[in-house]
Amino acid sequence: MNRLPITKTPKIYVGGAFIRSESARVFPIRDAAGNFLANIPQCSRKDLRNAVEAAAKAGPGWAKRTAYNRGQILYRLAEMLEARAGEMSGAILMGNGAATPSSPSGPRRRRRGSLGASQEVAAAVDRLIYYAGWADKYEQVLGNVNPVAAPYFNFTVTEPMGVVGVLAPEDSPLLALVSLLAPVIVSGNTVVALASGSQPYPAIVFGEMLATSDLPGGVVNLLTGFRQELLPTFATHAHVRAIVAVANPAERKALALGAAESVKRTRLLKTEEPFDWAAEAAQGLYAIRDTLESKTTWHPIGA
Amino acid sequence: MNAGQSASFRRLFDEIGPVDSVGIEERVAKYATRSIKKGAKLWGLYRAVSMLDLTTLEGKDTPGKIASLCQKALRPLDDPNVPSVAAVCVYPAMVRHAKKHVGGTAVKVASVAMAFPSGQTPLKTRLAEVKAAVAAGADEIDMVINRGAFLAGEFAEVRDEIAAVVEECGSAALKVILEVSELETYDNIRAASFLAMETIRAGDFIKTSTGKTSLNATLGNNQVMIEAIRDFYLDTGIAIGMKPAGGIRTAKQALQFLIAVKETLGDEWLTNKRYRFGASSLLNDLLRQIEKEKSGAYQAPYYFSDAAESY
Repeated sequence: MNRLPITKTPKIYVGGAFIRSESARVFPIRDAAGNFLANIPQCSRKDLRNAVEAAAKAGPGWAKRTAYNRGQILYRLAEMLEARAGEMSGAILMGNGAATPSSPSGPRRRRRGSLGASQEVAAAVDRLIYYAGWADKYEQVLGNVNPVAAPYFNFTVTEPMGVVGVLAPEDSPLLALVSLLAPVIVSGNTVVALASGSQPYPAIVFGEMLATSDLPGGVVNLLTGFRQELLPTFATHAHVRAIVAVANPAERKALALGAAESVKRTRLLKTEEPFDWAAEAAQGLYAIRDTLESKTTWHPIGA
Repeated sequence: MNAGQSASFRRLFDEIGPVDSVGIEERVAKYATRSIKKGAKLWGLYRAVSMLDLTTLEGKDTPGKIASLCQKALRPLDDPNVPSVAAVCVYPAMVRHAKKHVGGTAVKVASVAMAFPSGQTPLKTRLAEVKAAVAAGADEIDMVINRGAFLAGEFAEVRDEIAAVVEECGSAALKVILEVSELETYDNIRAASFLAMETIRAGDFIKTSTGKTSLNATLGNNQVMIEAIRDFYLDTGIAIGMKPAGGIRTAKQALQFLIAVKETLGDEWLTNKRYRFGASSLLNDLLRQIEKEKSGAYQAPYYFSDAAESY
C-alpha cells in the first residue's frame, strides 16, 4: 500500500505544551548534504516572554516538591531518554547542517570532537542520573550551621533563585543542554533554555521526553531560534534571575551589561575555550550552587 | 418558564431586538487580533490606568488595607506621567476610611451596595445600605440588580428598585451591576441592559458583574452591553457609561476591551467618565507593561507590589 509520508512538525516545549512560535516564523534545518529536513520554530522575544511567564508559574510548585521527589523525577527523565536513545541519536545525527544567521546559505560542518551520537546520549543520561542523585544531598554540603559568639543557632540554608535562562552552545546539542539545565532545575529553579541554533532538533526531541517524565509543565521550557535575536532579552528580562550560558566575548559583554541592569547572576562559559562536555569536570556540585541563594538565619537559643 | 414570564420576556425582546450571539462571538474574536504598536499601546495603557476602579471587596478588608489601596490609587507609579486611577471601589463600611485618603482629589470613592453580591435581602435594608454609603461620602454607587426578579419576568420590580436607588444616590453616580453570569443568555444581558438604561441618568453606568461568580467580564458580554449602549444612545441621545468588572487581569485584555469600545462606541467613550475597569490585579500588570514600554526590558511582577512568592 502507498502511504503518504507522515512528517513531524517540530514544536517548542513551553509550559508543558508543544507550541509553534507566536511569530509563526520557522527556519529550515538540513542534513550534511544540504537536503531539507524540517522547519524549526524561530522564536521571538514574545515567545521568550511567554516562556518566562510559564516558568514563573511553575516555579513555586516545583520548589515546594521534596528534594527526594525532584530527584525521582530527574531519574525518570533519564529513564525516558535511555528508552528512546536510538531516536535521540538519530536526532543528533540528523540536523547537523542547519542554516543559521552566521551561515545562512547552507550546510555547516558539525564540530563534535570525537563523541559519537550514541555516546552523547549515554553521557546525557548519566548526567541526569548524576544530578538526580544530588537532589537530596546538595543541601547537606552547601547548607551549614555557622559558629557564632552569641547565644544563637546560626544556620545557612539554600533556596532556588527562580527563573533561570540557559543559552546552550552550538555543539553537543543534547549533552551540553542537559549539562547546563539539570543542575539548575534539581534545586527547584525553573528554566527557559535556548537550544543550539545550528542543531536545534535534539532539543525538540528532548522536549518530548520532558513531557513524559513527570516533570511538571513549565519547569523546563525549550526555545529554538536565533541567538542574537533573543540574547538581549535574556539579558535584560528582569524576571529572569540568573543566566547560565556558553557565549563568545561580545555575547558575554551583552549578558553582563543586561544582568547588571536587572541584578541577575551569570554563569558564563567561554565558547573560545574548548570544553569537553563528556568529562567529569563538566558536572559537579558547584554547578548546582551557581543558581542557589543562601539564606542565613539567627535563631535565639532558649535559656 | 411559565406563560406570564415568557410573555414579558417576549414583549421586551420585540421592543429591543435580539442578539446575534454567533455574530458577537465572531466580532469579539477579531478584537484579539489587532496589532497595537508602541505609541498606541502606551496611550492605551495610560488610558486604562485612568479608567480603573481599583477594587478591594474582601471580608478581610481593614482600614489599613484601604489606606494602602488609596495611596496606590493616587500615585500608581513613581512617574508623573502615570495618571491616578478613576476611583477606589470598596464595601460601604470602608467608604469613610477611603474618603479620608482620597477626599478632595480626582480619585472618587465608589461603594458597592444593595446587598452585594447576591442582592437577596429586603429592599428596605438594601436602600438603607445605599443611603449609608452616600452619607459616608461615596461618590459612586455600584448596585446589584435583583436577578431573581429579572429572571422571573418581574421587570417592573427591577425597574422600580433601580429607580429607588437613583433617588437615594442624589448626586452620586450610579453603576448598575447586571451580574451577567447569572443572566445566562446574551438576549437576557441585552434586555437587562435596556431595563437599567431606561431608568438611570446620563453619566451613570451599567456594569457586567460583581466579580464574585465564576464567569465575569468577557469581550462577548462587554460587546453585547456596549452595543446596547450604542443603540440606546442613537435612540434617545442619552449617553450611558460601561464598566466591565472581574476577570480582567492583564494589560493585554484591557487593551482588547478598549479596542472594542473604540470600534463600537467611538472615542467619546474612551474616557473614565464613560468607561471603567473594575479590577484589583489589573493595575499591577498595566504598570508592569508601561515600565516595559519605557525601559525596553521585561519587568518582574514583584516590582509592582504583586504577591508572586519568591518567583
